[in-house]
Amino acid sequence: MSGRQEKAGHRRGGTEARMIAQIFNALIAVVIAVGGCVLYFAGTNWLLDRFLRPEAGKAGHRKTKRRTQVRPWLFLGPALLFLAIYLVYPVIDTFRLSFYGPTGEALVGLANYIWASRDADFLLAVRNNILWLIFVPAASTGFGLAIAALADRLWWGTIAKSLIFMPMAISFVGASVIWKFVYDFRGPDTEQIGALNALVMAFGLEPQAWITIPFWNNFFLMIILVWIQTGFAMVILSAALRGVPGDTIESAHLDGANELQIFFRIMVPQIAGTIMVVWTTITFIVLKVFDIVLAMTNGQWDTEVLANLMFDWMFRGGGDFGRGSTIAMVIMFAVMPVMVWNIRNFRAEENLR
Amino acid sequence: MSATIRIFGKRTTLGTLTAHLALLALVALWTAPTLGLFISSLRDKDQLINSGWWTALSTNQQAERGRLAAPDAFVEENGRFVARGNVLEPDSGKTITAFSDNFRDPGAHPAGQTADVKDGTLRIDGDGAYEYSTAEKPEGRRGDRVFFEVEVPPRFTLENYAEVLAAEGVGQSFINTFTVAIPATFIPILVAAFASYAFSWMQFPGRRYLFIVVVALLVVPLQMSLIPLLRLYNDVGDAMGVGAKTYLGIWLAHTGFGLPMAIYLLRNYIGTLPRDIIEVARIDGATHFEIFTRIVLPLSIPALASFAIFQFLWVWNDLLVALVFLGKTDNQIVLTSKLRELLGSRGDNWEILTASAFVSIAVPLAVFFSLQRFFVRGLLAGSVKGG
Repeated sequence: MSGRQEKAGHRRGGTEARMIAQIFNALIAVVIAVGGCVLYFAGTNWLLDRFLRPEAGKAGHRKTKRRTQVRPWLFLGPALLFLAIYLVYPVIDTFRLSFYGPTGEALVGLANYIWASRDADFLLAVRNNILWLIFVPAASTGFGLAIAALADRLWWGTIAKSLIFMPMAISFVGASVIWKFVYDFRGPDTEQIGALNALVMAFGLEPQAWITIPFWNNFFLMIILVWIQTGFAMVILSAALRGVPGDTIESAHLDGANELQIFFRIMVPQIAGTIMVVWTTITFIVLKVFDIVLAMTNGQWDTEVLANLMFDWMFRGGGDFGRGSTIAMVIMFAVMPVMVWNIRNFRAEENLR
Repeated sequence: MSATIRIFGKRTTLGTLTAHLALLALVALWTAPTLGLFISSLRDKDQLINSGWWTALSTNQQAERGRLAAPDAFVEENGRFVARGNVLEPDSGKTITAFSDNFRDPGAHPAGQTADVKDGTLRIDGDGAYEYSTAEKPEGRRGDRVFFEVEVPPRFTLENYAEVLAAEGVGQSFINTFTVAIPATFIPILVAAFASYAFSWMQFPGRRYLFIVVVALLVVPLQMSLIPLLRLYNDVGDAMGVGAKTYLGIWLAHTGFGLPMAIYLLRNYIGTLPRDIIEVARIDGATHFEIFTRIVLPLSIPALASFAIFQFLWVWNDLLVALVFLGKTDNQIVLTSKLRELLGSRGDNWEILTASAFVSIAVPLAVFFSLQRFFVRGLLAGSVKGG
């Protein structure tokens, strides 16, 4: 007994030493990484100045010109390299792989897309994603707008906003644990420790295993994302509401409009653009929802979504990269309109500058 | 015009009162789940599984069982065989309210009363002390079973935290998450700051189109990158003989994925710095590198801080990238991944899940509450303009 304890103690001592070593390594890594970046930027600039030194005369002028041509690329170089390796190349390769077999070697044409259009799991995931796309942005934006409007007129509004904003800092997995506890289910004869079932029993109804009830369980998962994203919508919309010019509200007051009329007829139309941006941003987050489904149900009881199905195919039976890529492409197609909209907004804004 | 009422002697309109109540209800709804998790993580694990967290402060009713003295402990007193003892552990703090020798009905006899049981009479007091007397000498090796109802005072403890940090490996995961998050926050900031400066203040062909590419990459789903990068990492890992899952690999991956947002945010900020400052410096003969390090970087601290918070929270809370680019061994598994495993393997052990979850959200919450101003600023800059 004591021997075992001693061994455990040794092991713990070993773990502690290993942890300290790891923290130390991490710190060294930070220093090396940051130092490496600094060294690159400072070093290349120094080299450039040294070899294309500013001189008088025609040759000097040419060198100066060359220098101004090269320097932007030194500044941009690392960023472009990262973007190329981690985003541009993968997008192209995923597109290519979606026409290939499981290992990415045999060309199969459209077979993966045809498989997807007939696969029950895939179609279910598409249906669920559509449910998520309707419910989550609508609920988050709605709650966010309501809370922003309420909080801005009460003296303790800042505290309220801070508390409602808090879930934004919590990971999707952490939020899943929090809500799994809320949804916890025990038999009807025992005392419930899940808040929802305790509430249900207080009303004299039967407790339920909420996350296993097909179709409706999707909504219990969506509530988690709404809980997280409402804070985001609230912060953005609150800033927009404060930007509504006071004189328009004033004159509506004088015309005898009540608070609700002012809110819906004067304020909301003026922040319609921002509401649209918030809605779109949340839509984009919803399309990629993964962690919540993986942690809560892993797609069981008809809760599958595209991102989780894609992850599943990536590793299932050694991984089917063709089908995985195909599902990723479907998510990409769904994001396309947001991308186009973003670029158009950007160009319009740049032209105003 | 609208109805007014008096509350605490102050005049309030009905509308304002409704607003107070509505917001209060919403705040309660939003905070209760997290509060429940936090309170539960501090409760005694037996109490946690027996009653809801909202009853944490009240005394708990519990049914328990125990065993009376073994037959050889009985002594003869006035022609009867008597044994005395205590059914509760010393200093348990529990109070017995009722007892019985029948497991179906542990509340049959009130504490302190002498009751007739199968072989004789039994009295159990509130503090657990009992007196058991039988007419005949008891036989066998073990004492009789007894059942009772106890009141347990609320008990709060850090035991759950001690357990998850040491025995469940959550402490190690905490270190792992830090190991991932710190470099994955710093590298993209530096890389993006230089690029943003070039996009804002330097002339080069294709500047506009390159930036449009960055805007386009802002919304490329992570899912598009996973499979090609997994293959690439496997190949590189094989070629170098180090395996595909390394901390260096995940730092670089997070850098790549965080860059579009970083460049976008920082360019919005650096691009709006006053043109005069930069032009005066140029005329004084400062090079771009000097302007960047001596003027632009110090002026951009607020924007850099905003992005740093974003990226740190993002990396800390990430699960997907960690699942693909890091292993699940003890010295690599991050908190989110660990938590997800515990959800599967210890799904009913709420004392472990609640404490682990709180360990994983403690750092983001601390960052969030202390640096909320920067966080909100970054959010406003990033989404109102871009999306």
